[in-house]
Amino acid sequence: MRYLPHTPEEIAAMLAAIGKSSLDNLFDPVPADCRMTGAWDLPAAKSEWELNDHLRHLAATMRVDEHTKVLVGAGSYRHHIPETVRSLASRSEFLTAYTPYQPEMAQGTLQGIFEYQTLTARLLGVDVVNASMYDGASALAEALLMGLRIAKKKKRVAVAKAIHPHYRAVVRAYLQPAGYEVVELDFLASGRTDLSGLANLDDIAAVAVQSPNFFGVIEDLEAAAATIHGAGMLFVTCFTEPLAYGLLKNPGSCGADIVCGEGQSFGIAPSFGGPGLGMFGCKEPFTRNLPGRLVGETKDLEGRRGYVLTLATREQHIRREKATSNICSNQGICAMTAGMYMASLGGTGIRQLARLNYDKTQYCKETLRNAGATMVFDGPVFNEFVVEFPTDFKPAYERLLAKNIVAGLELGALYPELAGRHLFCVTETIDKQTMDTIAAEVGA
Amino acid sequence: MSDILGTGGLILNEPLLWHKGKKGRIGMSIPASDVPSAAIDAHLLGEAVDFPDLSEVDVVRHYTRLSQWNFGVDSGMYPLGSCTMKYNPKTNERQAATPAIANAHPMLADSLCQGTLRILFELQQQLATITGLDAVSLQPAAGAHGELTGMLIFHAWHRSRGSQRHKILIPDTAHGTNPASAALCGFKAVPVKSDDQGMLDPDVVAALMDEDTAGIMLTNPNTLGLFEERIREIAAVVHAKGGLVYGDGANMNAVLGVIDAKRCGIDVLHLNLHKTFSTPHGGGGPGAGPVCVTRELEPFLPVPQVVKEGDTYRLDSDRPQSVGRIHAFHGNFGVLVRAYSYILSMGEAGLKKASQLAVLNANYIKEQLKDVLHLPYDRPCMHECVFSDLKQQECKISTVDMAKRLIDYGYHPPTIYFPLIVHGAMMIEPTETECKDDIDQFIAALRTIAQEAVEQPELLRQAPQRTKVRRLDEVQAARCPCLIGPSGD
Repeated sequence: MRYLPHTPEEIAAMLAAIGKSSLDNLFDPVPADCRMTGAWDLPAAKSEWELNDHLRHLAATMRVDEHTKVLVGAGSYRHHIPETVRSLASRSEFLTAYTPYQPEMAQGTLQGIFEYQTLTARLLGVDVVNASMYDGASALAEALLMGLRIAKKKKRVAVAKAIHPHYRAVVRAYLQPAGYEVVELDFLASGRTDLSGLANLDDIAAVAVQSPNFFGVIEDLEAAAATIHGAGMLFVTCFTEPLAYGLLKNPGSCGADIVCGEGQSFGIAPSFGGPGLGMFGCKEPFTRNLPGRLVGETKDLEGRRGYVLTLATREQHIRREKATSNICSNQGICAMTAGMYMASLGGTGIRQLARLNYDKTQYCKETLRNAGATMVFDGPVFNEFVVEFPTDFKPAYERLLAKNIVAGLELGALYPELAGRHLFCVTETIDKQTMDTIAAEVGA
Repeated sequence: MSDILGTGGLILNEPLLWHKGKKGRIGMSIPASDVPSAAIDAHLLGEAVDFPDLSEVDVVRHYTRLSQWNFGVDSGMYPLGSCTMKYNPKTNERQAATPAIANAHPMLADSLCQGTLRILFELQQQLATITGLDAVSLQPAAGAHGELTGMLIFHAWHRSRGSQRHKILIPDTAHGTNPASAALCGFKAVPVKSDDQGMLDPDVVAALMDEDTAGIMLTNPNTLGLFEERIREIAAVVHAKGGLVYGDGANMNAVLGVIDAKRCGIDVLHLNLHKTFSTPHGGGGPGAGPVCVTRELEPFLPVPQVVKEGDTYRLDSDRPQSVGRIHAFHGNFGVLVRAYSYILSMGEAGLKKASQLAVLNANYIKEQLKDVLHLPYDRPCMHECVFSDLKQQECKISTVDMAKRLIDYGYHPPTIYFPLIVHGAMMIEPTETECKDDIDQFIAALRTIAQEAVEQPELLRQAPQRTKVRRLDEVQAARCPCLIGPSGD
């Protein structure tokens, strides 16, 4: 096996040096009744070339592949990924390093993450951003736990029903065993969250709203902040499409206390839902309540600028059970990747790309509307929207699939009340011709 | 130092991103618009985002220079204890980047993504086979996430039996994340002391185990690199009081093909695919921490699970006792593909050989260094060995000085000051992918350092000297945190 370098002679010499007669003898401390007996039911080892063939075969069984036009977002977005980002992020000096516990050997990772923290903070309008969480869903769960820590005695949180259903499921899984209650807030005809009942809810530590929300609708975050803060609660916002903030007001400037979400859109392939990037930031007064790692700037013995992991007294390896989270490994290289992507776009580019997504989405809405479809919600959207077709859409969906187009996501399984309606997503990867083809099939 | 690896070479300086570039540059190709520009409500519009504008060359040079300040497994030996920094095969990267797989969308119908579902299904089966357990969830995104999932399963299992327990036993030789993971589920961690041999004593466990205790979280091999020989007796004590046994499998690289987790009495075990199964650690992540459970606990696994019906694969979420979802989609799928690729490349014989060689390398290092470094538990180790700085104390040299000096010799230092039960611990895990020559060189470097500690201790205290930066002021970093660059800079 090419990853195992020992020759039989070396093995013999090493065994002799430690006074063992065979490799099996190394396991003498393991009692017989703990041992694995019998052979494993695993396929025979494959050569590199057989492995290539095997994966090529599996790829060929994917009905939807890289050539398919996918008009589905719902938390995972197809955007163009520059070859520079792919190439730089796969440099093995970054990729094969561990967490930067020895900063003198990891200044590349550390400066890169510091830059990621900075660019993300500027994008989201917050004062501090951590080095990453697992994904948008666990980031939201951790944000609500952080809200509960800050609010101390309160035992409940409220989350908008227009937050990604999977994110809400993760929030329930994280919060309920410790005895916290999760209240859901309904959405209005606009698709925006109904916050009118908040004042009547007691014991709520934090309220979470997603914008753009699962239906693509841009929430009125400024009004939400006023209502939520007015009720004495913390305001948590989340997102699945950070590109939106290249165009829209960012959550921090609208008054959010904690901002979190999924950063997969920034140079990371969809990869069947992971690895993605949990982005997480907050306003300065809450810094010491943050979960996860933080990189900070400092100086070395000779006064040179350098970076270290810092404020570790919040973390599991120091604070043990009193830590702000149990997170240890995070999504390091994904954060680096997002940093590279944001650097590649720049301030000018992110506005241009966000605008392109917005314009294409508006075009898609218009063409579908002209073909007889109606918009389910009348609130403004960024690059996703929910649509209702005049007749059963299934036949058209199948015809489009035959043309290698995935036309939206039917919502019945996620929102029974929206059964038959479809969530569409349009990014820069979808051309006008594809949208026209969809409209033609709807009208057919 | 001329004969050994050493450091030196061409290191370029590089400013922060926002000190580079010019307004109006761009580093990415944005398609021309083929649709009309649409109106947008002015009150939705944000201000321009304050990112620097850089060209493609600016970006490439920036990150290439940064990468040259870093050290990875591809650069050299990385004997970081408990982290299993083995070689990360290049072919795994290629397989995960297979276009149809890298572009797979997680929200589509099962019929549209049979290939990715099959990978998940087969990996579930393979990990069950390898651990000896019955069912697997691939959702956890890292080891600590697996621990959390395990604790959620403990909680749900007890609840299904009409009980709610509030405590959990955690030995002093367990992994550092365990107490925080248990606390997230509302369990209070009760520490269990290991004996003077570094072993857990079933009688000590029996004295602590009661009917308000949900179970035990133990790491085996433990963080001293020793196999818990009495694990079956310990499991029996815990089970007799209605508790469950959680096995932290972070150290699984020692015992592939050797132990059967179920026969050991383990009910839930997590694996770190970024350790044992060779996926790259990415300077912090992503990892993957699948949990493997017994048949009895299978109904409590996160949803969805992947099932096979005839020749088709399907996501199954209809599991009423499940702890629910712990990841937005299917976990760190790209990491799972790499581990799948590794298992297929290694096969049964290769995986078993990997553990044998990992243990051989660790014992060899232990034997070759124990005359110059204090070995607090002198017994056969598994995949790692733990020394202390006791012998160097008289020269006023501590573990951190030896670790930093190793950097000047071209090695990543071992894990230091962990486990906490060894004062000044230095935990060395070579892994199986280091050859004898490199291990001999590493041993020679540490022996030289031990001599330097006596003869030229200042060399150690001033180390490292040849890196881009020297020792950094961590106290200052925490006292006046500077966590993001200044705006408008």
